[in-house]
Amino acid sequence: MLPNVNMVKIDIDGKAYMAPEGKNLLEFLLKNGFDIPHLCYHPSVESIGACRMCVVEVEGARNLQTSCTTVIRKELKIKTHTNRVEKSRKMNLSLMLSEHPNECMTCDMNGNCDLQDLAYKYFPSGEPTFGYSKRGIDLDDSSEFILRDLNKCIQCQLCVRVCNEVQGMSIYSMTNRGYKELPATPYELPLAETDCVNCGQCATICPVGAITEKPSIGKARWWETKKTKTTCAYCGVGCQLDVYADPKKNEIVRVTASEENPEVNDGVATCVKGKFGYEFVNHPDRLTNPLLRKKGKLVPVEWDEALDYTTKKMLDIKEKYGPNSIAFLSSARCTNEENYLLQKIARAVIGTNNVDHCARLCHASTVAGLARTFGSGAMTNNLLDILDSNVILLTGSNPTENHPVYGSRIKRAVRNGAKLVVADPRRIELVDYSVLWLRHLPGTDVALFNGILNVIIKEGLYDEEFVKNQTNSFEEVKSTVEKYTPEYVSRVTQVPAEDIVKAAKIYGGATNAVIIYAMGITQHVSGTNNVISLANLAMATGNIGRPGTGVNPLRGQGNVQGACDLGALPNVYTGYQKVTDEAIQRKFQKAWNVENLSPTNGLTVVEMMNAIIDGKIKALFVMGENPRMSDPDALHVEKALKKVELLVSMDIFPNDTNKFAHVVLAAASQYEKDGTITNTERRIQRVRQVINPIGNSKPDWIILQEISNRLGYNMNYSHPSEIMSEIATVTPIYSGISYERLEHTGLQWPCRSQEDPGTPILHAGKFAHIDGKGKFVPVEFAEPPELPDDEYPFYLSTGRILYHYHTGTMTRRVKEINDISPEVEIEINPSDAEKLEVKSGDIVKVTSRRGSISGKVKITRRSMERMVFIPFHYSEAAVNELTLAVLDPISKIPSFKVAAVKIEKV
Amino acid sequence: MTVENTILICAGGACISSGEQSVKSTLEEEIKKHGLDSVVKIVETGCMGSCNLGPLMVIYPEGVFYQNLKSQDAKEIVEEHLLKGRVVQRLFYKGPTGEIKPRMKEELPFFTKQVKVVTRNLGIIDPSNIDEYIANDGYFALNKILEWSPERLIEEIKKSGLRGRGGAGFPTGLKWEFTRKSKSSEKYVICNADEGDPGAFMDRSVLEGDPHSVLEGMMIAGYAIGAQYGYIYVRAEYPLAIERLKKAMSQAYEYGLLGKRIFNTNFSFDVELRIGAGAFVCGEETALIRSVEGMRGQPVQKPPYPAQKGVWDKPTVINNVETLANLPVIINKGADWFSSIGTEKSRGTKVLALSGKINNAGLIEVPMGTTLREIIFDIGGGIPNGKKFKAVQTGGPSGGCIPDEYLDTTVDYDSLTKLGTIMGSGGMVVMDEDTCMVDVARYFLEFSAEESCGKCTPCREGTKRMLEILHRIVDGEGKLEDIDSLEELAISIKDTALCGLGQTAPNPVLSTLRYFRDEYESHIKEKRCIARSCKAMIAYTIDSEKCVGCGACARACGVNAVIGKIKEVHKINQEACIKCGSCYVACNFDAVKKVDAVDLVED
Repeated sequence: MLPNVNMVKIDIDGKAYMAPEGKNLLEFLLKNGFDIPHLCYHPSVESIGACRMCVVEVEGARNLQTSCTTVIRKELKIKTHTNRVEKSRKMNLSLMLSEHPNECMTCDMNGNCDLQDLAYKYFPSGEPTFGYSKRGIDLDDSSEFILRDLNKCIQCQLCVRVCNEVQGMSIYSMTNRGYKELPATPYELPLAETDCVNCGQCATICPVGAITEKPSIGKARWWETKKTKTTCAYCGVGCQLDVYADPKKNEIVRVTASEENPEVNDGVATCVKGKFGYEFVNHPDRLTNPLLRKKGKLVPVEWDEALDYTTKKMLDIKEKYGPNSIAFLSSARCTNEENYLLQKIARAVIGTNNVDHCARLCHASTVAGLARTFGSGAMTNNLLDILDSNVILLTGSNPTENHPVYGSRIKRAVRNGAKLVVADPRRIELVDYSVLWLRHLPGTDVALFNGILNVIIKEGLYDEEFVKNQTNSFEEVKSTVEKYTPEYVSRVTQVPAEDIVKAAKIYGGATNAVIIYAMGITQHVSGTNNVISLANLAMATGNIGRPGTGVNPLRGQGNVQGACDLGALPNVYTGYQKVTDEAIQRKFQKAWNVENLSPTNGLTVVEMMNAIIDGKIKALFVMGENPRMSDPDALHVEKALKKVELLVSMDIFPNDTNKFAHVVLAAASQYEKDGTITNTERRIQRVRQVINPIGNSKPDWIILQEISNRLGYNMNYSHPSEIMSEIATVTPIYSGISYERLEHTGLQWPCRSQEDPGTPILHAGKFAHIDGKGKFVPVEFAEPPELPDDEYPFYLSTGRILYHYHTGTMTRRVKEINDISPEVEIEINPSDAEKLEVKSGDIVKVTSRRGSISGKVKITRRSMERMVFIPFHYSEAAVNELTLAVLDPISKIPSFKVAAVKIEKV
Repeated sequence: MTVENTILICAGGACISSGEQSVKSTLEEEIKKHGLDSVVKIVETGCMGSCNLGPLMVIYPEGVFYQNLKSQDAKEIVEEHLLKGRVVQRLFYKGPTGEIKPRMKEELPFFTKQVKVVTRNLGIIDPSNIDEYIANDGYFALNKILEWSPERLIEEIKKSGLRGRGGAGFPTGLKWEFTRKSKSSEKYVICNADEGDPGAFMDRSVLEGDPHSVLEGMMIAGYAIGAQYGYIYVRAEYPLAIERLKKAMSQAYEYGLLGKRIFNTNFSFDVELRIGAGAFVCGEETALIRSVEGMRGQPVQKPPYPAQKGVWDKPTVINNVETLANLPVIINKGADWFSSIGTEKSRGTKVLALSGKINNAGLIEVPMGTTLREIIFDIGGGIPNGKKFKAVQTGGPSGGCIPDEYLDTTVDYDSLTKLGTIMGSGGMVVMDEDTCMVDVARYFLEFSAEESCGKCTPCREGTKRMLEILHRIVDGEGKLEDIDSLEELAISIKDTALCGLGQTAPNPVLSTLRYFRDEYESHIKEKRCIARSCKAMIAYTIDSEKCVGCGACARACGVNAVIGKIKEVHKINQEACIKCGSCYVACNFDAVKKVDAVDLVED
């Protein structure tokens, strides 16, 4: 990962410095406080030496040299501010200005423009040498988000480079020559008509006003805004963002990527949601007061009334039906501290382990599967080290839409020479970047991966040494996979036998091979077994514990990892400490100053709904979740929500769940509070308050504290950092975490002491099981519980798309995003469309045994024949009314990815 | 039956465009008509060099040289020369004054001072026939060096003193050594055939006239550095060169001279053609590499040099066509032989393309160290129409102009650099007294500004600003401070531009400022163009004493600016005049005068 850097002596302006050999000179100069002007340099992309502003005198060189393209070497001797250097800089600046309009007054970059700053410095008292001019090029304002004004372009090529190198879309390239050279889209199409994914990185990186952000224009001058660094909550990547807000209006004005943490988001990368998905914060629909159901209607009330009602009712129910009649749904959208408080209230105050959250619906099978095999259920490696992989096996994951910043990094790895193998029933975008695509039937994952392992063993491609020294039970798996010959697996999966062999040779033959997966693997009745089959593959080939290897589940929501880590699960306290373990129980009793913590596992998400229907659960407390939309068999969920005696929902918007609530508590969004969240690579990062809570809404941790106090358990935290201090004392894997340490960069758990630098790679040298060895677990293929038949002939698969997030409560309240993707699109294969006699845009009705929804058809080869894909973002076409609530027996994850439906033209 | 006559017809680009094809077809018809087809062999050769004499042919065994041929001349040649054995004197070369009539090519002063190394086969062999190349020692050098170690080969080239002929003059052996030492299992040789200087056609002539010498050179270079693969980057504007290269490559593959295990050794070499789309900057090696890779041809900052990180990020040697074509001869005749030609620091010969105001425009090859005077006056035959020599431009848009006081300078890398110009790839444009040096600078800068890739600021914007100033000066709107601005811009561009193109783009301005500053000043201060070439500063008038009123000028004028009745003195309406000069040419009485506009007396 980090090669040993050799420090060498160099001479800058007559002074000696020790500098890292082979590194970029400009970077070193800037870090050491030298004021070197530059316009085309950005640490996130390759330097090209275009603007020539950063020139320095290098001893021995005939010409001035650009420091951005100079590599630090022994005995390098430079001068940074001689007359010759300054004259050249001034000349080059005046040349750039000569092709730039003098329009700072109305430019959105005024106050944050590198060119403006340099002009101010070099021409303080008058016109630049060659004046200004305007090219007279029409604006491109076709895009919802990006405004391109090439009159202001200084040809630094940063937009071209960031789109090529970081985003991987290559929308821009330079066209024409000489002074006519400009960045252009393919065929100079308007940006909106290109494949642009609106990540906004070109706008972030443009040093002048040539590419600006339409939603920000006219909102506030840069100097009127306050910059706050925080963590994006839209997915598990955890991008570090700089959020600019206008304190006067208490409004977010713009978002850029923070340059401080290239290990997470490359110092510049965002996706459309992280970059532009902030408008919901100030949306008029925001809940600004608590609501209480009076005479059947939810009406705004004072906080005291709402909280008094809630707690009194909870205490009544506890008294009447016992603590296990109350259930809590925690949230992957809330902070670690808030998740900690909620489970603490459930366990310490109410006395139940009935606490779960939506990780149950996404990665419960990961936790179960990886814990069984590796001893610990989280992403083994980090997001950055994929660049060290030679082979990437990507399955059941569509990163360019669901984890876009990581998806771009996969593209970069492929560009650097890594071989990508995709196993997915859908033709996702990354299939275009793959050397091999295995299009297996939905639900046949175990068969496929057992088949690959079969070939690896047969061909002798497994790592005998590793298997012998670091694992147990290989022989059991070996005999299990024996019958999974390529021919047999081909019959089950429909993948050609030779492709199975090919995949085995590619994965098994790699020096460093990584497995990346997401919900296409986990959301099955066989979810845990699917995960195990992947873990078996990695262990057999010794692809674990090193950079560029591992088994890496991509977590869906911003804090799924953290919510799990902090014990928002019915069977574990924080840090996966079992509730059934007496010693642990005693530890928590002491820490929380309570007696008799419940020693039995609580109920999981879907079980809670069933228990309500069965009359066992009387009160449901929901923090930041929307089960009516996100859970399977949603009509069944609705029945439960209608039935429960007390439904408390804490949220930022009215949604499909809290319309059934008795109390709705107005919470603050992620931009309105402090805290931490933990990303998919186990990195704990800070969330910081950018603006004040909207209206009378309050951060969840404050609401929870007030509830606890009213329930009779005193909580007195003045800031979330105090909650984290408490977490550190009871959670071994978080022991070393404190807000001070998280100020600039996150830390990856396990982090067991203040000195512990964290753990980028799990299982290095030894697994998390007590004996330090990995455990092979034999798994067999079993057919999904519901398969297409004559009546319901289509496979249904659900998931997310690039532009929306989960149940859409946030993204559908961002105007531009919703303009791009306003309604559900039901993806079906062209040949099915022909048989059904439907065209793109026609309305169809999709029906399962549980319900039916209607929506527009999108004809696309992404869907295989006899398969339909429907995203679950749209409440007016809530696809979870169709899904099947049959659970994986081990992890209790429902089967979102396979159900049988029929499609009718309306 | 044995061949009695061999006719070599020059099929260089210039001769083809002046009608070589029709001469040849008539010749063939006539030969057939007279039943001579079995005893007369016609060979189309590469460029013989004396381009402004074309179409040309040489008839052997006598070696008679015919020039300026028309298709009907072919008939006479067949009937007289071939049938009757009588040479056709009227088709011999005539000197500027018409008196010299050598019948042999070798007797022409144009050829006597030349030494042909690179162009050894041009005008002698049929470039589309590999056997003819082989018969002239072709591929012997390759065979020879395959028995050597690559190190010995590199030593030999270092010893020869060969320097890169593309312009910069970097020692070829040294370049190879660096590339040889770069560790990689994959290396490449690129032949830079992206000749782009205005007025340069050396590489084209070699590619068209002797493509195998370039292929052989590439293989020698490949063996030296350990490469198995080569690219020839040739511009699309050279269709004939591309065609001949393709043919040469397919013949070499057929003979096993390209491909696997050449001469049954472990050395294998493949060559691929890459066609450039005509960007001048793609002659710059880093831009060329990008272009070969299929990317936009823009230069990248060096280091790393191609020797470390070239095409596909692998160590790469880029040699120019002429450099490569030298190699087989150096191997065959030895480094000592080669280094005996030329000067101490510039060994061997240089191929030059003579053009402009010169009698014998064409392709020549002279030993390094030949003086400009010998080249322009002895070989080139001096300036036409009795005009005075003013300057010679070398190095194309990267070079500069040399005035007459330096005519005795020798042509070699260092002497030319001292004069503020460069050898460049070998283009030489001769200018006479009618050439305005400010306008020359403007012409070359316009080229550079158009061909700038646009990547770096100084080249992209700086050349445009300089061009604007030059336009202003030749348009008579120059300001005194313009000269300072030009110099300031030029220095900054030279010092900060990214690649060689930008760094040398100001040279034509700097060198004309150095030697012809007075012309700039007279344009600005006096609004006079000394050469009377800048339209904004000249006017045409009619000398009333000389005008006979014939009306020729009025008839020639396209804009009715000449007023006057027949047999009366004519006058020019200055407001209507567009200064095209038609009246000046039309007047047979020397009555139309070209004057400085500022001297015009209003009447």
